[in-house]
Amino acid sequence: MDKTAPTGTPLIDMRNISIAFGGIRAVDDASIDLFPGEVVALLGHNGAGKSTLIKILSGAYKRDAGQIFVNGEEASISNPRDAKKYGIETIYQTLALADNVDAAANLFLGRELMTGWGTLDDVAMEAEARKVMGRLNPRFQRFKEPVIKLSGGQRQSVAIARAILFNARILIMDEPTAALGPQETAQVGELVRQLKADGIGIFLISHDVHDVFELADRVCVMKNGQVVGTARTSDVTQDEVLGMIILGRCPPGAIPGPGALKIAA
Amino acid sequence: MTDTTSGQPADTARASELGAVARFLKATELDTRMLGMVGALLVIWIGIHILSGGLFLTPRNLWNLSVQTSSVAIMATGMVLVIVMRNIDLSVGSVEGVIGMVMGVAQAEFLIRVIGFQVGNPWLWIIALAIGVVLGLAIGAFQGFIIAYLEVPAFIVTLGGLLVWRGMAWLITSGRTVAPLDTTFQLMGGGPRGSIGATASWIVGVLACAAVAFMLLNGRSQRKRFNFPLRPVWAETLLGVVACAAILGAVWVANSYPWPIGIVRQYAQQNGITVPEGGLFIAHGIAIPVLMAVTVGIVMTFITRRTRFGRYVFAIGGNPEAAELAGINTRWVTMKVFMIMGVLAAISAAIASARLNASTNALGTLDELLVIAAAVIGGTSLAGGSGTVLGAMLGALLMQSLQSGMVLLGIDSPLQSIVVGAVLVVAVWLDTVYRKRV
Repeated sequence: MDKTAPTGTPLIDMRNISIAFGGIRAVDDASIDLFPGEVVALLGHNGAGKSTLIKILSGAYKRDAGQIFVNGEEASISNPRDAKKYGIETIYQTLALADNVDAAANLFLGRELMTGWGTLDDVAMEAEARKVMGRLNPRFQRFKEPVIKLSGGQRQSVAIARAILFNARILIMDEPTAALGPQETAQVGELVRQLKADGIGIFLISHDVHDVFELADRVCVMKNGQVVGTARTSDVTQDEVLGMIILGRCPPGAIPGPGALKIAA
Repeated sequence: MTDTTSGQPADTARASELGAVARFLKATELDTRMLGMVGALLVIWIGIHILSGGLFLTPRNLWNLSVQTSSVAIMATGMVLVIVMRNIDLSVGSVEGVIGMVMGVAQAEFLIRVIGFQVGNPWLWIIALAIGVVLGLAIGAFQGFIIAYLEVPAFIVTLGGLLVWRGMAWLITSGRTVAPLDTTFQLMGGGPRGSIGATASWIVGVLACAAVAFMLLNGRSQRKRFNFPLRPVWAETLLGVVACAAILGAVWVANSYPWPIGIVRQYAQQNGITVPEGGLFIAHGIAIPVLMAVTVGIVMTFITRRTRFGRYVFAIGGNPEAAELAGINTRWVTMKVFMIMGVLAAISAAIASARLNASTNALGTLDELLVIAAAVIGGTSLAGGSGTVLGAMLGALLMQSLQSGMVLLGIDSPLQSIVVGAVLVVAVWLDTVYRKRV
């Protein structure tokens, strides 16, 4: 019996994905899935291929081989606009905000609210922005300032608000807490639980198992572009996951992938 | 600074510590950089006025200044978008030249000799201008396509364009100057007949004041609708009064500049008016090229501030990668920006050639540098992402003020170049200092 996958149709099912840059196989035959209301942590060293795999899902890179299924149906994703159509929203490590415009403009970038005259409805956008930001970060008041002047945590909340504003069903967070202090990290954790309760599927990408172990339902470890293994966080310990990350050794509680260390094979 | 210090209580605490000047700026929400530019402009104007013994701040000189500024100011509004997107357009002067030449040939030769239009046919200028605008759009689209889709840097493409279009301008007539132009077309160059007269100028001025009042009231009601903080009533009133005073003042200046005696006499003869003792005072009013420039300025401001396209231009300038990831078609936006630049170059070409009453292959030579300088002095950052249309137009006015001021002062042209060059560098240095402080 399959003990790691919940039942039902996965929200996202990426099968046998490969991509090469020049001669380097950045992602090699990787498969991963995600169910509604589930948090899957994608772990691995820098250069393990986790960010690349996820950028294929968000449309930033085009895969060389493999298939992506959204809600059981094959999806064709070749640019960020396609991914958004499937409800896939990404919060990049670099936050990908337009630094010179204000929070409201960033929240609605690419999907501005318009007035009946076909002009930008800045007032309505600011009102929406105040509502969403009020939920995420009630103290946030600096709506008129370009986001470059905001702190790391504030920028993070803008980036997250941007994703949830558009009713994302699948949220990808690349190193969501890398730039944050302890208090802000806790805030992001709280937010992840809230989104999970709303039935949103979340991919957390991190190179540090401690950052995400508490939040994740499952972990998926990558090494050298291949999946080492997938496991429920309840079935493995943090040390075992570390072993997967560093050595590629798959513990008994995990389902080994193509990248698992072959012992006595 | 962390999250905790930026909350509402902290903001109010800070507001109470502000000095009188800062409180004033906060209440009126004025841009300090823009105020600085207006200040610099006034200093230059008054300085030259005093040095020249009262020759500068006269209706006649200010009227001429406004006409001279129009062509560069129009192109500067487009250059703002180009530079905001982290590109540059070195070809605008040459594009202006070739379009001016094509429009000149079209109205003075091609349409008359080949198509068989009568000289003075009212369609001549419309067709010529339309040809120019379409050509500008096409040249802009062509260069924009190479920049956006073939990924050749804008600097190189437009440097090539600088040479190519100037060469084309020469080739069309083998260097021969085309003159005279259609009499209606000439009106776009200003002059006594290319101005709208006193009554119409006052009407334009009053309409503009009404528009200012409407915009202030509309902005206020919009903010009220969503319970956003409002400007104090005194600040709104002050802004409205100052803006209206500036508009009506400009109209008054334009209406204080009479037609020259010779033209008045000619006009009186043609219309059977007897010139009274002491001469007949017929005011110029606002010049048509100035009206065109103001219209372009308003349209371009609207595009940058109120349309999706304008928002994308700034977002791309701020972070091209983020804009791309947000699903913006950055290439198409880039191409459109260059198409707008081409159209504006065509409008400038119409004004510049109409003013000369001739199309020469040297039309617009070195204008690219004036245009870029105007945009940059007006606060457009070469790093991309920031700049305003109004700033660029003020920048154009500032450059033109310096140049014609130095002519009034009798400064030799090599020295003029030295001053203009130095001013450009100093202005950008001041801007860099300002940006670091704020």
